[in-house]
Amino acid sequence: MTEDFPLSRRGFLGGGLALGCSAAASPLITPVALARAPGENRLVVIILRGAMDGLDLVRPMGEKAFATMRPTLLQGARGHDLDGFFTLHPAMTALAPLWKAGELAFVHAVSTPYRGKRSHFDGQDLLENGGYSPDGSMLPSRDGWLNRAVGLIPGADMRTAFSVGQENMLLLDGKTEVSSWTPDAKVPLSAQARTLLEKIYTGQPVYQEALHQALMLADEDLGDLPARRGVRRLAAYAATQLNRDTRIAAFSIGGWDTHRAQEISLKRAMDQLSAAVLALHKGLGANWKRTAVVAVTEFGRTARENGSRGTDHGTGGAMLLAGGALSGAKVHGEWPGLGPSDLLEDRDLRPTQDVRRSLGWLLRGLYGLDSADIERVVFPHLDMGADPGLLA
Amino acid sequence: MSVDRATIAALRFGYGFRPGQQIAEDREGLLASVTRPISVDEPEMPGLERILEIARKRRDAGRSMRKGEDGAEEMRDAAMKEVRGLRIPMLVRRVLTPILSPHGFRERLVSFWADHFTVSARGAMLVLTAPHHVEKAIRPNIAGRFADLLIAAELHPAMIFYLNQNISIGPSTRAARRRRRVNGLNENLAREILELHTLGVDGQYTQKDVREFAELLTGYTADLKQGTRFVPRFAEPGAEHVLGRDYGGAVASPEDARRALADLAIHPDTARHIARKLVVHFVSDTPDPDHVAAVEAAWNETGGDLMAVYDALLRHPGAWVPEFAKTRQPFDFLVAALRGVGAGTDDHPLGNGEKLGKFCFGHLNRMGQRLMAPPGPNGWPEEEEAWITPQGLAARIAFARAVAQRGARDIDPRDFLDTVLGPAAGPGLRWAVAAAEQRWEGIVLTLLSPEFNHR
Repeated sequence: MTEDFPLSRRGFLGGGLALGCSAAASPLITPVALARAPGENRLVVIILRGAMDGLDLVRPMGEKAFATMRPTLLQGARGHDLDGFFTLHPAMTALAPLWKAGELAFVHAVSTPYRGKRSHFDGQDLLENGGYSPDGSMLPSRDGWLNRAVGLIPGADMRTAFSVGQENMLLLDGKTEVSSWTPDAKVPLSAQARTLLEKIYTGQPVYQEALHQALMLADEDLGDLPARRGVRRLAAYAATQLNRDTRIAAFSIGGWDTHRAQEISLKRAMDQLSAAVLALHKGLGANWKRTAVVAVTEFGRTARENGSRGTDHGTGGAMLLAGGALSGAKVHGEWPGLGPSDLLEDRDLRPTQDVRRSLGWLLRGLYGLDSADIERVVFPHLDMGADPGLLA
Repeated sequence: MSVDRATIAALRFGYGFRPGQQIAEDREGLLASVTRPISVDEPEMPGLERILEIARKRRDAGRSMRKGEDGAEEMRDAAMKEVRGLRIPMLVRRVLTPILSPHGFRERLVSFWADHFTVSARGAMLVLTAPHHVEKAIRPNIAGRFADLLIAAELHPAMIFYLNQNISIGPSTRAARRRRRVNGLNENLAREILELHTLGVDGQYTQKDVREFAELLTGYTADLKQGTRFVPRFAEPGAEHVLGRDYGGAVASPEDARRALADLAIHPDTARHIARKLVVHFVSDTPDPDHVAAVEAAWNETGGDLMAVYDALLRHPGAWVPEFAKTRQPFDFLVAALRGVGAGTDDHPLGNGEKLGKFCFGHLNRMGQRLMAPPGPNGWPEEEEAWITPQGLAARIAFARAVAQRGARDIDPRDFLDTVLGPAAGPGLRWAVAAAEQRWEGIVLTLLSPEFNHR
């Protein structure tokens, strides 16, 4: 590549560039073609709405205090032992083969910068906006960090990032054009009505473009999607798109607000999460090797269970990583302990790391984004720190 | 055929035509509609006391559940049933009033101000109080002085809860020192009043104004027993300096914050901010500066007399240009379509009351505009691009099909076209509707046309 390369060189030549080795080295690929194809690496971001209990997902069984803090929640089956200290929740056992294959990892004791009021909406807004304000107020742009990140990827076009599902996700909202669709949407019109509609949209570029996209997406072969609505279907649809031109997909899973009867309600949500990961695994086939899936939530839950066999809004939590692009099976992060002086405000797991740090390193590793751009544009006021080595 | 004023009045400033209904045809008619009382057939809005009582039951049941008390589950189920019983009719009313009312401009203004003073109906307490906020704080004040509308909207308990004023306490009060676990001052309401409700983000205020204004607002709080109240011991002692003026003194008074709000209401930045917002909402995303200036001047000359402001909005030639530059938001689109097929009566095939309401709620969700629940205090976006997305358009197509197949079986599409668009329908659309294979597809094409989706 030479100086006349029209797009940011930094994006391609920066450190941690996974794409460079295969694509950039090939003399057959012109700079322009390269610019239009942002590599083979794939990222799936799953937003877990409702505050997932990281302490129950990845249980610190090696911590003495833990059993007394969770007298009823630990009564059921023992889950898969991860590393002698942490144990996976039994409802996630379906993912144990991925752990054994080195394709499942976690980061523990993470949180967004949000502190204090522990409101779901503020917490989710901040998680998706990528801002840094402890009171939860968003960056003035009120857009999503993933949208800003896509804007920094050289050659990204509107199919590069894909928001899947009915909701308009803040995470992918913003200036950069992205695609969005839900496999449940239909365009129930006869061929003639479609043609007539295309005719009457002449001279209306926004309508034309939306109709064009809608007709194309509605008519696309969806692949082998599960018939029933739900997260399995969404994840399989995301995999279909990721096998084509899409490199970044996002969707959300709700149901994590487990104030009561957590052993029942959390299992339900975890079934969804593991089903989504497995649907991606299956759907992506060979591309799974170049994929990182990351599931993040707005905040964690209280270290001690409450009086109704549940947990309340907390601070520190955990994030889940999966995919063949990972460096291996590991519980990352700096464990703060659960002793009396370890807890935040004597109630929450103390966060030792900004959740945005891991996300920033994923963006750097998968798409070669520059650390300075990540700290300035994607996640303002973030200190990325040393490479946590999440990716291979 | 040129587009006449009556059509512009109906499409741009109202919710469109309803067969057999006489509606405003010019500026005078539109202005007169603003002060028309709401129909006598309208069911009585539940009182705030009743709303707070049910919200309290729901909260108490939640607490019992968390404590794992006996019978808590039954309590919660009973409370949730009462919440639903109160909430659904209020939401139904929110869609039915504009579907049925001949006073479209009045209803559009209610929607405009409800969005300007957004209280997003999410969570048990806000789903109950937000509709009351619209009907009792906003609707009665849309034709008076902006100061009165502003004060009513900000001090209603829904807004106090939504923007966390209920937990804001003057930082140097004894109450704050005793409750160290509570945050003390919460700037949320003060910031949004300045940024969204009055001066606008480009207004001449600083972080220091936000903080002092937040301190001035302390004392105002709300709970589920009494709604909004002023608690002097929560009020930050001493005078506060907001935008160059001092408010309050040694003794805290509920009048201090009201005086500041009244001053903000007539601030030139407020006039400019909201004048622009009105022209953007009703006329164009890229408003004519001269049109904005005319509305702004009326605001400044009359001290924010809203009828004078609307008059200036409608008097400017820009109000009557024949190009329809705005895209109807899903709510406008849905209401206009249902008016067009005459929905909202007991014998209509789409049903009435709760049945029609639920039809509307589901389609609004799919079109991306959940009823009364914008994602944040900044309300819904105005631009075409925010709404005409692939899923958004697909959802409009699905809605149009449902209306055409279930609610317009006996309507000839060519008549329908004349009813809902009249001279605004272009020759291309007339040709396409006549060329449709089936009746209902002619209705669908009309509903999906650029003409019907613009205003």
